[in-house]
Amino acid sequence: MQVDSYRFLPRSFRPLYEGRGAFPGESDPVWAPFAKRLADSRIALLTSAGIHLKAGQPAFDLDGERARPEWGDPTWRVIAASTEPDAIGVAHLHINEDDLLADPEIALPMRGLDQLVSEGVVGSAVGEHLAVMGYQDRGLDDWRRTTAPAILEHLRAQEADGLVLAPA
Amino acid sequence: MPVLARWIEAAGTPTVVVTMMPSVAEERRAPRIVGVEFPFGHAFGMPHDRAMQRGVLELALRLLAGASAFGTRVDFDLEWPLPFREAYRAWQPKEPSPIVKKLLAAREG
Repeated sequence: MQVDSYRFLPRSFRPLYEGRGAFPGESDPVWAPFAKRLADSRIALLTSAGIHLKAGQPAFDLDGERARPEWGDPTWRVIAASTEPDAIGVAHLHINEDDLLADPEIALPMRGLDQLVSEGVVGSAVGEHLAVMGYQDRGLDDWRRTTAPAILEHLRAQEADGLVLAPA
Repeated sequence: MPVLARWIEAAGTPTVVVTMMPSVAEERRAPRIVGVEFPFGHAFGMPHDRAMQRGVLELALRLLAGASAFGTRVDFDLEWPLPFREAYRAWQPKEPSPIVKKLLAAREG
């Protein structure tokens, strides 16, 4: 089937997304060939659902967004692959968090990836996956300047061969 | 998120984006795209439905490893199993986000 990209989006939001084209300077193809077999590869996951660890990590800054509605917290969090579901919190003002708290796998399928590793479909998973909060300023300036370089460094340190990103 | 994928891809790590809005990810020029017709917040499917979540993740990984060209998109062939009205209401935040509140206030103002 062909997915209807706007089925679950309120109708009044559609013009904010549809027909706006590429970001400035971001229209050329970019391509990194996937060199290895999946069964020999190490995979990382990244969610933008605002997932964080309830203990030991600050939540994404929702008060800052309430004070400045055009701004979203651009920071990122490391989520250890061994994290138990009940240790995960959600800070995101644009979605209902109930299902995410009930089963974080719907946004960050760490157990599902481990299962594919145990079956030999995937070589291995990184020890530390990634989380951001997807509501960002329109220019993505902070992501470009600070978050993306830090995430790249993390992926290199984790020796990730590929990244699965899932927007909330 | 498609732009973040582009930056990571350009730096040498292959990426795949799993998204409810695949046509937007195409417009934003993401390298590899899996489309899902699911409510927001549910990229990999229903809570506790391991088979559905596995299906999406495995499709994403096969595309990540096997796509041969920039812009490859594959849509996940499953409709959301709950009634539309219920699912449409359920994904939305309990109160409008700050930007929506601001836009509504401006419209009324």
